[in-house]
Amino acid sequence: MGENGAGKTTLAKQLNGLLRPSLGKVTVDGDDTTKKSVAQLSRKVGIVFQNPDHLLFSETVREEVGFALKNFGFEPGVVVKQVERTLEALDLAHYAETSPFLLSGGERKRVALAAVLAWEPDYLILDEPTIGQDYQQKERLRNFILQLNSQGKAVVMVTHDVEFVAECNPKVVLMSKGRIVAQGQADEILSDDGLIEKASLVKPQMAKLFSQLGEFGFPRDVVDVHRAKMLLEQKLSEAKVSVAQSS
Amino acid sequence: MAETQAGTIAAKDLGFQYAGSTSKALDNINIVIGQGEFLLLTGPSGCGKTTLCRCLNGLIPNFHPGEMSGELLVDGVSVNDETTSELSRKVGYVFQNPENQLFALTVEKDVAFGPENLGLTRQEIRDRVDWAMEAAGTVALKDLAPYELSGGQQQRVALAGVLAMKPSVIVLDEPTSFLDPRTAEEVMGAVDNLRRENGITVIVVEHRLDLVGRFAERIVVMDHGRIVADGRVEDVLDAEFDRLSGLGIGLPKVSLLWSMLRRDGLVSERLPTHVESAVKMLSERLRN
Amino acid sequence: MSLRVLNGFKFSSLKTPVHRLDPRAKFMLVIGIIVPSLLFTNIYLLVGLLLVQVPLLLVGRVARRWVQSLRAGVFLSALIFVVNFFTGPLANAVALTLRFLLLMTTFSFFFMTTSPDDLGLAIDKVGFIRWLSRRWLGYPNALSFTFTTAVRLVPTMAVDAQTVVDAQRSRGLELDKGNLLKRVRNYIPILIPLLLIAIRRSLELAEALEARGFPGKEGRTSLFELRFKPVDYLLLGISLAGIVLSFWVFFHYRVPTI
Repeated sequence: MGENGAGKTTLAKQLNGLLRPSLGKVTVDGDDTTKKSVAQLSRKVGIVFQNPDHLLFSETVREEVGFALKNFGFEPGVVVKQVERTLEALDLAHYAETSPFLLSGGERKRVALAAVLAWEPDYLILDEPTIGQDYQQKERLRNFILQLNSQGKAVVMVTHDVEFVAECNPKVVLMSKGRIVAQGQADEILSDDGLIEKASLVKPQMAKLFSQLGEFGFPRDVVDVHRAKMLLEQKLSEAKVSVAQSS
Repeated sequence: MAETQAGTIAAKDLGFQYAGSTSKALDNINIVIGQGEFLLLTGPSGCGKTTLCRCLNGLIPNFHPGEMSGELLVDGVSVNDETTSELSRKVGYVFQNPENQLFALTVEKDVAFGPENLGLTRQEIRDRVDWAMEAAGTVALKDLAPYELSGGQQQRVALAGVLAMKPSVIVLDEPTSFLDPRTAEEVMGAVDNLRRENGITVIVVEHRLDLVGRFAERIVVMDHGRIVADGRVEDVLDAEFDRLSGLGIGLPKVSLLWSMLRRDGLVSERLPTHVESAVKMLSERLRN
Repeated sequence: MSLRVLNGFKFSSLKTPVHRLDPRAKFMLVIGIIVPSLLFTNIYLLVGLLLVQVPLLLVGRVARRWVQSLRAGVFLSALIFVVNFFTGPLANAVALTLRFLLLMTTFSFFFMTTSPDDLGLAIDKVGFIRWLSRRWLGYPNALSFTFTTAVRLVPTMAVDAQTVVDAQRSRGLELDKGNLLKRVRNYIPILIPLLLIAIRRSLELAEALEARGFPGKEGRTSLFELRFKPVDYLLLGISLAGIVLSFWVFFHYRVPTI
């Protein structure tokens, strides 16, 4: 996370070799990125770019999703199977023979995601996946990310959608002007005034709320609605009880 | 008579179907918007919000062909009686993608573009450009090229370009999609100030209610081409919270929190729409 | 060699007296230099014309860039020299090489010191172009607008091109492998997205244009206007005189190469 121009996308591109370091070293599973090609590194590190129109070029969704698999040299039988699996997983099976250009914006974003997931990279990088998506689409995305993560895949999201991050509560790396200024859990980082200021973000609503309720003994690092509810529930039922007792 | 109706919009049984489409994009739209209102137009993807906006400045049916039915009056005049060029003087439109609405090689020339089309004298154009750039906070950028600007700066320049037309209504179609949250708040705040100072009617299309909820007074929710809710933000959120979340609208977290607490009987007041009112209500409760 | 030559033709936005000259006057100067250089092969003349531009380049502070572009043009100049060396007298070879360098320099000078904006404005004033524009496209300013928009879009498309290349490389596309046929085919996943992005962008720009009232019923009044200053008239006069003189001499005398 970080403001526009902080270097988030630049850092992401270092991870699959699109950019090479001028100083220092980047290793993926122990391999130095300067010793491997982008194609080799991409087998493990998949980047889904922000604008799906930068990827789509095939006649059908099926071809599009299979493109990378062919490039990586998978057997034709494996390609077919993987494509089917990925289309199913992203609810795109009914569009398999459709041209990707006829789909709506949100659907094209799903096709772009499918195109990268097809080869099941161990590390998945999503560049601004929530832009232009409505709430339902974001919910679906969030569940999908959690599912991937639970399957052992590493997921890196480049984003400034603080509410979305608050709902996922992942580890957050905060960048500003090309440097990492903080690393930690989302609830710690997004409730810290100083860090939020530095990275030109805004606090999620829950954090804003609880930062002004300090006098009642609430912790400040609350970003999740459900945790907020639990904390308030306690205090509010106590209040109810004491009112009942005093009358 | 035209004066008192400046900035007003009235739709009666408005309907629209895009050419080549089998379903109605707008169905039975009835709405009246008064001068100087700040209206938030929201709904799930594909509900017709952008379609409705395009009807306001003539892009529908002139740029996007199709069948239009019913009546739509802007500033008291039917949109069918005016060309896009004429309507663009009344209704300014700021698009979602900041980069694709800037066409000149410098900011100053871009802001001048609109007025240059209006048949004004050079001095009048100069005055409008200076005023619009000042109002939108882009004076410092005037000699820069569009690709040298950040997303937020680009949106401000687009806003200046629209202001220079001196419209009575400004429509912003998901203007903050590509902006970071801090810039989004700044831009929305600038829009609100402009509205208050100049009496411009503002319509913002947005998924994320927490960003705009603070400024909007009225909310209109659409689904499948129809209006399903229309009223003050507090009222609609309070009365229809569950239905709205079923529609997949990005409701403010404080409202969600409150509705959960209310369901468990821990609070009974109306839903807050932004953090400040939530803080007030909770503090009062907890102090007693 | 390939792309660095273009540097010598890119506009450098400085505020020198040369930059402030009216583009139409500058263009007349360019014609005023090119006409004699095409009509004659006299080496002294060609060298003279080349040297005449040096003070202009210095005042315009683009001299260093010009030298760079000369270096990049060395290959082609050498080619011209060699070909002509074997097919005619030495003096001829020298003259033709000089002519090539002269042409390159003159255009380089023009494009380095004239902003695309001013070019657009200049084009907009040319009667013939306005007429053509009205016949073809319906509006007199459409052609010059097309030109300025194209220039405006170049950096944006360049960024998009890079992103498309990045995105496809991240899917395992290797652009530097394979035989010629394979390499050409590998560019399809680059060209198609770029084309579509260009089309989509054009549509969005067109929408935005209409939303700002383009084209007005009353025709467009431009905020900025090109106006001839005294020095422009001087330049114009000198150039025209030079052109007329060149033609007169050409038809009346035989000027030797050396």
